[in-house]
Amino acid sequence: MNNSITQYFRKEMLPHIWCPGCGNGIVLGAILRAIHSIGWEKDEIVMISGIGCSSRITGYVDFNTMNTTHGRALPFATGIKMANPGLKVIAVMGDGDCAAIGGNHFIHSARRNIDLTAIIINNMIYGMTGGQYSPLTPTGKYGTTAPYGNIDQSFDLAALASSAGASYVARSNIFDVNQTTRFIKKALLKKGFSVVEVISDCPISFGRINQLRTPMQMLEWIKSVSIPIKIWEKFSEEEKEGKIPTGEFLDINIPEYSERYQNICLRMQQEKGRK
Amino acid sequence: MMVKENFTKILQGNEACVEGALLAGVRFFAGYPITPASEIAEGMAMRLPELGGVFMQMEDEIASMAAVIGASLAGVKAMTASSGPGICLKMENIGFAVISEIPCVIVNAQRGGPSTGLPTKPSQGDVMQARWGTHGDHPMIALAPAEVDEILHMTIKAINFSEKYRTPVMLLLDEVIAHMREKVNIPNREEIEIIERKKPTVSKEEYLPYKAEQDLIPPMANFGSGYRYHVTGLVHNEKGYPTANNNEIDQLLRRLTNKVELNKKDIIIEEKYFLDDAKIALIAYGSVARAAQRTIKLAREKGIKVGLLKLVTLWPFSDDTIKQLAGQVDLILVAEMNLGQMAREVQRAAEGRCRVVSYSRVDGELINPIEILSKIEEESKL
Repeated sequence: MNNSITQYFRKEMLPHIWCPGCGNGIVLGAILRAIHSIGWEKDEIVMISGIGCSSRITGYVDFNTMNTTHGRALPFATGIKMANPGLKVIAVMGDGDCAAIGGNHFIHSARRNIDLTAIIINNMIYGMTGGQYSPLTPTGKYGTTAPYGNIDQSFDLAALASSAGASYVARSNIFDVNQTTRFIKKALLKKGFSVVEVISDCPISFGRINQLRTPMQMLEWIKSVSIPIKIWEKFSEEEKEGKIPTGEFLDINIPEYSERYQNICLRMQQEKGRK
Repeated sequence: MMVKENFTKILQGNEACVEGALLAGVRFFAGYPITPASEIAEGMAMRLPELGGVFMQMEDEIASMAAVIGASLAGVKAMTASSGPGICLKMENIGFAVISEIPCVIVNAQRGGPSTGLPTKPSQGDVMQARWGTHGDHPMIALAPAEVDEILHMTIKAINFSEKYRTPVMLLLDEVIAHMREKVNIPNREEIEIIERKKPTVSKEEYLPYKAEQDLIPPMANFGSGYRYHVTGLVHNEKGYPTANNNEIDQLLRRLTNKVELNKKDIIIEEKYFLDDAKIALIAYGSVARAAQRTIKLAREKGIKVGLLKLVTLWPFSDDTIKQLAGQVDLILVAEMNLGQMAREVQRAAEGRCRVVSYSRVDGELINPIEILSKIEEESKL
């Protein structure tokens, strides 16, 4: 068996188009290590993306891959999963992609608890279009469309997914790669809607406008704002300011959508058979 | 439980659409409630489970279109149905289906627009939206049945065309035929032609997902079948990978349009009534074509030589037939429930060979045979 994750790459598509210092490659590495340790066959894996820098991931990996429209990775993934529930379907999204234009699909995928894994690479900015603020840009940070500071509150995707009906919800960052890989592996194996948000960097579009110009400065900053959930819980409201809790927020077993639907099919087929 | 076959029944237009789709092999439907198309979703929700098919009510129209494309890529014939406001929302993903060449059918039970418009009244105001609603140069196939029985058969045709040409197909109903009840002969499955998408014949290693054959259509491998490849809404090369190469861009864009335009003979369905000796030609489609059929009877009783060209395929357009017809008649009258959307196409196709007049109604009422006749009489006096 090939022990290297390079077996999962479409080598003719490399080098990738991401900027030096981008966190997308770190997240991709974590996803592939998680897949490798589970041992899934390439043929049974479907990876879907939306639009943005993150969406280019699907072009680089040797699975069944689809780079869809902006924000719509989850409903495309839903169609594939329901048409062929045996497939392992993973949706990789960016923060603007998932939480702004795709926000409705995100909460409804969680509500159905359909067996998909959503991985959100959260670089807190629209990177590909040049640094506009996203729903996950922290309040007070800058973007090209928030030149006087972002006055929006940022979403807490983990809380959102947990309350909307997901089965597994975790948040990690690109600094703690082992933790990220571990969470992704658990998410992939979870029967139901699983979510892993990975806090990532964008030295070019987020860093430059927020005095975090180098990848190292960005990594240091991400490390400093990420607070493990156990410590976070003991923080005062003042201490929580500007910080982001990381860790596993939810891990439950509840009925999964495609199985529920299959049960309806079986029931109807039996009833028709009796007639 | 089998699909209901070989019997006669009174069905609503939307119900006939469901029966046609199931006969043609549709086993995935995703939709969102909207008047006057909801009965299609309701019928699918009722019927699909016993056939082992999937019905999903999605969170919005955009998600419905996305799920349909996903399901089709996984190898299941898939369809959605909506009306004007919902079709607007589906447009971006319809463009995705065009460029990624994923078969699917979109039913539009047309109501008055723009915006919320007239939810419970008929219209044909979406015929140009059907053609050009999604951005960029692209092909489009759109069928517009006029009777409930024809809805069943044109639904089957729509599914077949989408599979054969690997492109989204629009089925344009209007509120009247969607809700009207008529006698329908549901055929035996053996009596109807069912077309399946072309599968790759080469090995997995040799497979180029967007390399077209002679007919300009690339064979399609379903996701999960072992042929791993990349699908994208970006302009791509034969391997399916994004490209910025001028030749590859040009090749793809022209091929997409040509695979439909060069197969017009196969796709165009039109019916001619009393055109042989006609001096005046009516052109109509959808529910207006029914009124027009009555009009030619009334006109001929009065000694006016009127014929009818009923368009069933709206896109690609019947340019050749209309050009030839324009050389034969003195006047073409296009009757439609919009402000002359197809009349302008007819004018273009007629190339000035005869006078083209538009008869429009956009007040939410059907066009009746008498008013078309009055228009003919008025115009023939000129």
